[in-house]
Amino acid sequence: MNGAVERFDDSARRRVGAFGRTVTRAGELERHPVYTRVLHWGVAILFILALLSGFAVYSSWLYRSLTPLFGGGPTTRLLHPWFGIAFVALFAFQFMNWLAPMTWNRDDRRWMGRIRNYVTNADEVEPEYVDFFNAGQKLYFWVIVGTAIVFVLTGIPMWFPAIFGRITAAIGAILHDLAALVMLVAFIVHLYEGTAAQPGTFASMTRGTVHRRWAWTHHPAWYRRVTGRDPIADRDQARGVRPSQPGPSQPGTP
Amino acid sequence: MPSGILQIKAISAHPGSIPGRGVQREEEVCKYIDVTTCIGCKACEVACVEWNDMPFQETTFDDTYQTMPHTTWNYWNLIKFNEHQRDDGTLMWLMRKDQCMHCEDPGCLRACPADGAIVQYTNGIVDFQQENCIGCEYCVSGCPFDIPKFNSVTKKVYKCTLCSDRVGQGLEPACIKSCPTGCLRFGTKTDMRALADARAQQLREHSGFPNAGVYDPPSVNGTHVIYVLHDITKPELYGGLPANPTIPPIYTFWKGVAKPIGLVLALFAAPVAFFHYVMEGPKEPSPPS
Repeated sequence: MNGAVERFDDSARRRVGAFGRTVTRAGELERHPVYTRVLHWGVAILFILALLSGFAVYSSWLYRSLTPLFGGGPTTRLLHPWFGIAFVALFAFQFMNWLAPMTWNRDDRRWMGRIRNYVTNADEVEPEYVDFFNAGQKLYFWVIVGTAIVFVLTGIPMWFPAIFGRITAAIGAILHDLAALVMLVAFIVHLYEGTAAQPGTFASMTRGTVHRRWAWTHHPAWYRRVTGRDPIADRDQARGVRPSQPGPSQPGTP
Repeated sequence: MPSGILQIKAISAHPGSIPGRGVQREEEVCKYIDVTTCIGCKACEVACVEWNDMPFQETTFDDTYQTMPHTTWNYWNLIKFNEHQRDDGTLMWLMRKDQCMHCEDPGCLRACPADGAIVQYTNGIVDFQQENCIGCEYCVSGCPFDIPKFNSVTKKVYKCTLCSDRVGQGLEPACIKSCPTGCLRFGTKTDMRALADARAQQLREHSGFPNAGVYDPPSVNGTHVIYVLHDITKPELYGGLPANPTIPPIYTFWKGVAKPIGLVLALFAAPVAFFHYVMEGPKEPSPPS
């Protein structure tokens, strides 16, 4: 099973990758290949469409402001389940693509145990065991997987209440609402972590590359795996060298 | 129907009775249905289809005398037939005209997320406005009487209007006009309720139905369609009339209280993230470039 998934992923990365490129400049590492980036942004667009069309019907306060985005109430209602189905369908490929690096392990429990340090920026670099994804990223991934399953299982009775009965549809609507709220919180945190909270992270999903400094800071075990070098030693070296380096990155200064 | 008169209902700091109060009849309307005198002629079904300009459609035979098993999006009025064997072995043929009950507390209206798709008039009529309906069918799950019906072509939901167009012009609903036995009547809620109570008392005291009563369920604050039943303790016998019709809590507590609070709490993640940035700052790569 896992072997088949791996073979499919490898083939997909190769085929989709042939349509694009990832330019790795000096001092950078490739983090997300073309296939991953295309999947991520496809899923992201469908996610936002499903989120906005769903919250349009969530509350009467949002109804007036969000339904015009989709051409009015009836079309919002018509499109929402299809946005959801398209999101789940595309996310299935994302799921297979990331199943291996997202697998939860003992190191993730350790990371969760010291999440306070992470949130307060207490550590200058992440613990040496943090690999391609940290436990927070994995948690977000599995929250999306879990809520997507809830959305599908409850959305279908809500779509066809005449078949499933009014009580099934009503209970489904409650779980659908709860899943949406959980997803909304997780999505807001994801937006923040992927942009303002960690400079350099956003480029990993647009250009596909990260700076080596970013890699040994946030994912030391991954850095060690792909470069074969010691993240701590490289960091110490960069730290020692830095003052003597002229600053080419400050154009315009006299 | 007189309307627009400024009739005082309450006066501030006024001791004693309110002058003029109660001189005018209330305007809440009600349909009275005496199932004990219904003969199952289906004239009301035909009148409903005729007045509302519905197309002819084929009937569905299901081993009963019913025109079809359930009301449909374009068949709002259906007599439900039930051959009921009593404890003493005798047979009773129960017929109940099924249509929208026009609840005082309508589950469909509570459930509806679309602005203006369902309105309730001060006279008690609950009416769907199809131009605002988005076809989500929440009303279907909100209704304890299985009344709103979805049209998968127009993507809209339809039901009995209590002939709001006729009532607005001072006429009775079409079904009432067509009834040959007088088992259907129409008037103010007070009058119809009094008539129903009197008829139920007559059935109890003179016709050998000790459990006769009026179906006007308090769980939805009463309805603007009321039934006189031979046996008020077993409303289910009359084509599945619920003994205790209830709106699912999702459309009362959940929609009214929990959902808005939940949304505010979820959106609170945004200011938390913003102030995290303000207070802790970004996590730069080490050493910073």
